[in-house]
Amino acid sequence: MSAEHLKIPVRVSEVAAVNALVTRFSFSAIGGGELPTFSGGSHVIVEFDTCMNPYSLMSSPFDTRSYSISVRRDDAGRGGSLYLHKNLKVGDEGLISHPLNLFPLNLRAHKHLFLAGGIGITPFIAQMAQLSQAGQRATPPFELHFCAQSAGLAAYADALKSQYAGRVTTYFDDQKQKLELAQLLQGQPLGTHVYVCGPAGMIDWVRKTAASLGWPDKVVHFEHFSAPQPGTAFEVHLARSGRSIRVSERQSFLEALEAAGLNPPYLCRGGACGQCEAQVLACDGTLDHRDHWLSDEEHASGQKIMPCVSRIRGSSITIDR
Amino acid sequence: MSQHVLQFKEETFRDDFVYSNSAWAIERFPFPFDKDSYMYAVNLEPHTTGRAGSVYEKSFDVDEHYVAEMRERALTLLEDPLRCQSLPHMTLAGWDLLELIMGHKARDYPELFELHRNGTQWHWINKPLGIEQHFTFGDEATLPYGPMEYITRQSQGDWCVLDQRDGNLWMDAGMVTTQADWSLDFDIGMNFFEWHAPVPLAHELGIFQRALKFLLAIPQGNPARRLNWTMTVNPRHDTSPENYPKWGPDRTTVTADNVAEKMYLRVELQSFWRLPRSNALVFPIRCYLIQLEDLVSQPKWAKRFHRVLRDLPKELAEYKGFERNRALMVQWLSQFDDGSPTTPGVGPA
Repeated sequence: MSAEHLKIPVRVSEVAAVNALVTRFSFSAIGGGELPTFSGGSHVIVEFDTCMNPYSLMSSPFDTRSYSISVRRDDAGRGGSLYLHKNLKVGDEGLISHPLNLFPLNLRAHKHLFLAGGIGITPFIAQMAQLSQAGQRATPPFELHFCAQSAGLAAYADALKSQYAGRVTTYFDDQKQKLELAQLLQGQPLGTHVYVCGPAGMIDWVRKTAASLGWPDKVVHFEHFSAPQPGTAFEVHLARSGRSIRVSERQSFLEALEAAGLNPPYLCRGGACGQCEAQVLACDGTLDHRDHWLSDEEHASGQKIMPCVSRIRGSSITIDR
Repeated sequence: MSQHVLQFKEETFRDDFVYSNSAWAIERFPFPFDKDSYMYAVNLEPHTTGRAGSVYEKSFDVDEHYVAEMRERALTLLEDPLRCQSLPHMTLAGWDLLELIMGHKARDYPELFELHRNGTQWHWINKPLGIEQHFTFGDEATLPYGPMEYITRQSQGDWCVLDQRDGNLWMDAGMVTTQADWSLDFDIGMNFFEWHAPVPLAHELGIFQRALKFLLAIPQGNPARRLNWTMTVNPRHDTSPENYPKWGPDRTTVTADNVAEKMYLRVELQSFWRLPRSNALVFPIRCYLIQLEDLVSQPKWAKRFHRVLRDLPKELAEYKGFERNRALMVQWLSQFDDGSPTTPGVGPA
């Protein structure tokens, strides 16, 4: 399915610097009215220039007059975050996708344990708002452990500490504060679900530590924020039409397919939903898998690729399209 | 085209079986066969609405049987309250469903339903059923039932509310009174593969793996649908395992003389919707019944249905529960089939 018809025209209603690296943007529907209801952990794809990147919604699911996202400036990225930081002004118009949740709360949990690293705090802000005002009989307890480089870069830490007193703990690298993860996990009651959102290294650390302590995979939830990253340019041969197209350094493979007039299905543009999966028929080079959809075996097989985030290192690839 | 004005009928789905389809209802019947044979397939398509007069015109179709079907549901629930169940973590999904149905019904049928929202203070008016309710969205104490039960007592078709977790779907809530011989009470808490376990042949075809992958990815605002079908003796809604002793013996009452009057093609319009706060998936199963006598009023349907029934694999006819009377139906339908080719598509023309 194509997400094309799901786009919502929006206007920027707020641009607010949160700290040296992070800016918050809010969007409201052009023409007024409520935006679609969503669940904590959802993201939207934000489209204001040629880049279409996914960002977690951080506003309360119970207030849909506007949506908010927080964007960390990525100086090494393809320019999507830089574009938003440098150019977006209140009143600008663009498109966002309908919300999609690939990082939902497990509503059977007896307790939710949130582990955030840096800008990975954003989905938890929406989830905590949801849990604090849910239409459920009994809302399970939750707590947040928030790791950041410094107090100055820990976006929203102070506000969260005052809003959820006693349930938020912060850890700042520059103050040599360390999350004692094994100890934290060992003290949790049965039925706890743990959620981690942050840098890849943190996600690996949490998954491995939990596994080594005997936590089942099904209670460990994680979300990589994997906006497509740049790479070297390469050629794509489209086997069905016999056409060839070029993916430039700062373009994603999926964006190049779209620029060539193809309409591949997509939902998340972040390597997580599986919609854009493509069959690899040949590759002159190595596949540079950056998705979280394909299994390790599928990555190793060399037969599939997720064009939204993955690329190749080499000269050309042939896909079954 | 002039707007069809709905006339709700006095009908029963048990005992004396007072039920019929008007010419309007026959013409819009969702005949499920697009070719002269049938086999399982992942026949999912976007639930696009708008085709005037069709059962797909609105998101949740309301037809001439609405009031009678809701009375039948209330009777079934009175006898067996376990036809409606919601596990504790599904209450949020119940509110999502209530919002979805009320919103669509009020927009699609403003002459029948009204919804007035002022923050969390909601006011719902259901004219056909004579219901007017002020309540607080999110506060169960302000409704006579839980949110899912409240709204599905006012909505035709069965409703399965599926929790999505661990890469699977779980039958964790539902309102099921119009079912083709399956039990919510038995299936509650099962996952997608577990509740489909009894279906023959489809597992081997990989149907369920592919269907699950599709369903897990259904996004908000982009529902999907499919049709399913079986046969029922008499226009009965409650063909449940719980009540098998009441309806199972009906199959022995079919004869060559009454087959066209006794046998009904039962088509399920199933749609799939992502719910926004709970991230659950709701799966309405809307049942349409048509007597064979009425079905053959469309010559193409008569010809095609004859061929489908005649050539259906035995396992499917047994699973669907009509192998016993298949020969009688095929024999009766054969008089309408001259062997000439049929046109593509499901429409009567």
